[in-house]
Amino acid sequence: MYAFTYHRPKSVADAVALLGQFEDPKLLGGGQTLLPTLKQRLARPSDLIDLGQIPELQGIREEAGGLTVGAFTRHAEVAHSETVQRVIPALASLAEGIGDRQVRNMGTLGGSICNADPSADYPAAVVALKATVRTDRREIAGDDFFTGMFETALEPGEIVTAVHFRTPDKAAYAKFRNPASRYAIVGVFVAVFGSEVRVTVTGAGPSVFRADDMEAALAQDFRADALNGASVSADGLNADIHASADYRAHLVRVMARRAVEACG
Amino acid sequence: MANPTGIGASVRRREDARFLTGRGTYTDDINRPGQTHAVFVRSPYAHARITGIDAAEAMRAPGVIAVLTGADMETDKVGSLPCGWLIHSKDGSPMKEPPHFPIARDRARYVGDAVAVVIAETREQAKDAAELVMVDYEELPAAVTSLKALEGGAPLVHDDVGGNLCFDWHLGDAAAVDAAFAQAAHVAKLDLVNQRLVPNAMEPRAALGEYDRATGEHTLTTTSQNPHVIRLLMGAFVLGIPEHKLRVVAPDVGGGFGSKIFHYGEEAVVTWAAKKVGRPVKWTAERSESFLTDAHGRDHVSHAELAMDKDGNFLALRVATIANMGAYLSTFAPSIPTYLYATLLAGQYKTPAIYAEVKAVFTNTVPVDAYRGAGRPEACYLIERLVEVAAAETGIDKAELRRRNFVPASAMPYQTPVALQYDTGDFAKNLDIALPLVDYDGFAARKAESARRGKLRGIGFATYIEACGIAPSNVAGALGARAGLYESAEVRFHPTGSVTVFTGSHSHGQGHETTFAQLVSERFGVPIENVEIVHGDTSKIPFGMGTYGSRSLAVGGSAIVKAMDKVERKAKKIAAHMLEAAEADIEVKDGRFVVAGTDKALTIGDIALQAYVPHNFPLDELEPGLDEQAFYDPKNFTYPNGCHVCEVEIDPDTGVVQVVSFAAVDDFGRVINPLIVEGQVHGGLVQGIGQALYENCVYDEESGQLITGSYMDYCMPRADDVPSFTVRYHEDQPCTHNPLGVKGCGEAGTIGASAAVMNAVVHALSEYGVTHLDMPATPERVWQAIRRHTPAQAAE
Amino acid sequence: MPCTVSMTVNGKAVSREVEERTLLVTFLRDQLGLTGTHVGCDTSQCGACVVHIDGRSVKSCTMLAAQADGAAVTTIEGLAAADGTLHPMQAAFREHHGLQCGFCTPGMVMSAVDLVTANPSPSEHDVREGLEGNICRCTGYHNIVKAVMAGAEAMQGGTMKAAAE
Repeated sequence: MYAFTYHRPKSVADAVALLGQFEDPKLLGGGQTLLPTLKQRLARPSDLIDLGQIPELQGIREEAGGLTVGAFTRHAEVAHSETVQRVIPALASLAEGIGDRQVRNMGTLGGSICNADPSADYPAAVVALKATVRTDRREIAGDDFFTGMFETALEPGEIVTAVHFRTPDKAAYAKFRNPASRYAIVGVFVAVFGSEVRVTVTGAGPSVFRADDMEAALAQDFRADALNGASVSADGLNADIHASADYRAHLVRVMARRAVEACG
Repeated sequence: MANPTGIGASVRRREDARFLTGRGTYTDDINRPGQTHAVFVRSPYAHARITGIDAAEAMRAPGVIAVLTGADMETDKVGSLPCGWLIHSKDGSPMKEPPHFPIARDRARYVGDAVAVVIAETREQAKDAAELVMVDYEELPAAVTSLKALEGGAPLVHDDVGGNLCFDWHLGDAAAVDAAFAQAAHVAKLDLVNQRLVPNAMEPRAALGEYDRATGEHTLTTTSQNPHVIRLLMGAFVLGIPEHKLRVVAPDVGGGFGSKIFHYGEEAVVTWAAKKVGRPVKWTAERSESFLTDAHGRDHVSHAELAMDKDGNFLALRVATIANMGAYLSTFAPSIPTYLYATLLAGQYKTPAIYAEVKAVFTNTVPVDAYRGAGRPEACYLIERLVEVAAAETGIDKAELRRRNFVPASAMPYQTPVALQYDTGDFAKNLDIALPLVDYDGFAARKAESARRGKLRGIGFATYIEACGIAPSNVAGALGARAGLYESAEVRFHPTGSVTVFTGSHSHGQGHETTFAQLVSERFGVPIENVEIVHGDTSKIPFGMGTYGSRSLAVGGSAIVKAMDKVERKAKKIAAHMLEAAEADIEVKDGRFVVAGTDKALTIGDIALQAYVPHNFPLDELEPGLDEQAFYDPKNFTYPNGCHVCEVEIDPDTGVVQVVSFAAVDDFGRVINPLIVEGQVHGGLVQGIGQALYENCVYDEESGQLITGSYMDYCMPRADDVPSFTVRYHEDQPCTHNPLGVKGCGEAGTIGASAAVMNAVVHALSEYGVTHLDMPATPERVWQAIRRHTPAQAAE
Repeated sequence: MPCTVSMTVNGKAVSREVEERTLLVTFLRDQLGLTGTHVGCDTSQCGACVVHIDGRSVKSCTMLAAQADGAAVTTIEGLAAADGTLHPMQAAFREHHGLQCGFCTPGMVMSAVDLVTANPSPSEHDVREGLEGNICRCTGYHNIVKAVMAGAEAMQGGTMKAAAE
């Protein structure tokens, strides 16, 4: 790691103020991605602002037709929260599948979505569950939040404070994980809101996306077999030593089927 | 009454107390006053000329003590890392052996090749400064794969090694094989790749160099499986330090699997630099550095053909293999694809004629050397895949085809056509035990049940034999070894009856402190807590060859037995003197020294005390003391063998392979500690399963960059990837030529498992017409194989 | 820039001035001499560095010492009783030969204790999944899984016994 100055503000306002003061500051959530990045000297922030001691960033609340999860809520808290398990069980089960036990004990929702790793799990939920991302200054629709690989709609100096997820009628997440890293090679989140079906895909492309054909097919007929005619194109999908674009495209359909089946 | 801490008892490991409480002492746990930290500057290119190194800015960075380069080593006349094995090509010419300097001098030959070393007060300071060392590289085209490196016009890894060919070696009778093939009713053929692996002992390599100006003594503490070998190679060939001024210590070592046998450049650098900077110098690899610098394993490309008569009897085997050596010859690299591979190509079969050709090739990749099994898994995988293909093609049941061709137990000792003489083994018995363990006959029903759930199911065998207990020095020498391969031991009784055993073997997980102590407890009836096993320090132990090739018990244990024989002879003399009896009348019974036919007896404790308090010894006949040393050089290799059976279920939608059951039946000869032996098998199995399903070391074929350079991409098997195992062994075929009758168990699991898993995978996929799949059988590879082949049902 | 970090480690209050970039594992090993916590990778996967922070298992190579300021840390050295009696999980690892080279062992044991604390009667499947953050190269996991299941039983027994007293 390169040297940096460490800060531990006690409020969002203090954190925002600190962000404005330095040349190249970085926010530190649970650190499960940032610290490995720093250890490999792939980033060189001047200052690290640790969000771990800010009460207003924490906690899970049921509100306004859904759940509000503080940005600094750790994956394990989401996974084990009785509220989440009752209101949106698919979200709890998604959180339970992130990384490993120790990563879940540290990693946070805000850290995950702000990093916008193309193979992270949470982005699929944010888009599928019509979430609203709340920041220190505004609300951003989940649909507009992820703008590309490792890119979000956040402005410089903006801090995510919470995410509000809408409660679906039913939902499920199916993940095909990279056997080495355990990130998603393909993750598909299916959520049903009345007559609307959302099918979001993470891991397969540069950023989370909605599988329009699948959504249309499932809106007509919410059964796994309804996906037989629907597919996503391999064009533009990610390819690496673990999975070609063709294979990812295939897995999207398989995982979508499994998510639909899991919706019951 | 059986000794509860003697031979055959599952004594709980004595070393565990410290490991379980965080009190193990691994190399990186050791810190010395005044210690400095070394960080290497490594080549980012697979192949590049080094045209200049400017360390001025790095030297000005905080905490920096020195920046040293290959030129500095040249000035100090530091030598090349030696290779311990000489292979001759078919034409009689010696293998090409280009120099391998601890720090590259004019050219870097793989990504990770050391180019300079920074020594600083702290590790972070050294890392900071390492980025400031300006190296001018002129990038050169790289030869990355062994096949491409052999092509005409390929970039040359070493200017004076034409065609990158290190050696072109062969073994066996080509004419006899040709004649047999001419007669064959059926020939099974197979092209296969045994992919490159990264050993990945969980403790990264580390080295700590110290120099005592008062005595002129150098000390190297290092993560090694064989400290004396390092002392010899580094002292005599690299740094020119005589043995009496060089101490090498390998303390607790966190796994080796072969990768810590070799003498690595970093060991020489910290030893050399400690004297230069006048302070201790420590280097510890980060995992990403381990991926780039630990010797890799396997990496064979082979073509094999098996000739059979009309009844499926094997007539001849023909094999051509290209073995990747990497950029330089690692310590034992040339022996792996030759004498530890081709000599095992008979397997468990009485194939009368075998001919193997092996081309070893330099490439711009990390050196390749022994990794658990070392040559033997490659041989087993090739034979057992080929036999499976033969069974499928001839329609003979795969168990039956094997049975038909086994060397029968009655034929032992059996001389193979590829140099080895098996002493014992009952291969049919292994198979007989294994089949019911996996309910072989019930497979069809299980397959049908899988099919109902939309899954494919397959069952696969591997029968293996390995040559362990390496090695008879005269044989090894004749085959090109530049070392003897005996083992040493010293058994020292103390005056009050406790015992210290000094062994040349090295434990890095194998449990020697328990197993070896059981040998002493059994022999002399000494409570196990009164026996201490000392290993790993050249200043304490006699010259030893260390641990690899499943040799510790067969060779190191035999050395202890030999030393105990001497102790017993001496103890008898003392007992005879004490009991005023004739030496010939002293018998040893249940650890007591008894005058035959009387009730006069002494314990070894009584004798030990007298040995050190020799008030009335007849000193011209009887020396004081009870402390004996022995060296044991084996008469033959040992031949552990067994039968592994694996059953897999495959999800055709995703291509995911799940090992649903695995049974291993092994013949390790006599077993000293069943608990430890079973643990060795479990671990070996998962490394073999890892090769079959998960692990793959991948380089970019153009740039030579290592793509799988971390656990993000190199897939290590985890607890949820594998099942629990059924492990059995039998002891009725003990080794005939060592005093314990033991064969060795360290590598067996790895040797058999890969072939068993792949045979099961191919069996499951056979309904699609798949006849072979290269390892690892990753989900995508399996899915692609299914996609490529028209399903049999769909063709109807 | 140096900063002061203070925490409770294995029941003892400690305070040290360290560089801000110091990882918790480096702090434990180099500043406190607690070398039982190991480093086996640099991508937060192997789990050799697992310790407990306020009762939860975390990878100490992926946490700054400064982040643990004010926390209660337990390392492998703090698991056994003061009189040296092994924790039931440590004892189970020994009884079932759940370790070979010992390098992954401290992290494995710390993860196992956390896993069993959260799920006192885990199935084999639970144990295997629960240990996915810890890589062992020696044991093939077979005996580790046995040990954790036995350790879980012993930990329950211990609790019940303590409750009865």
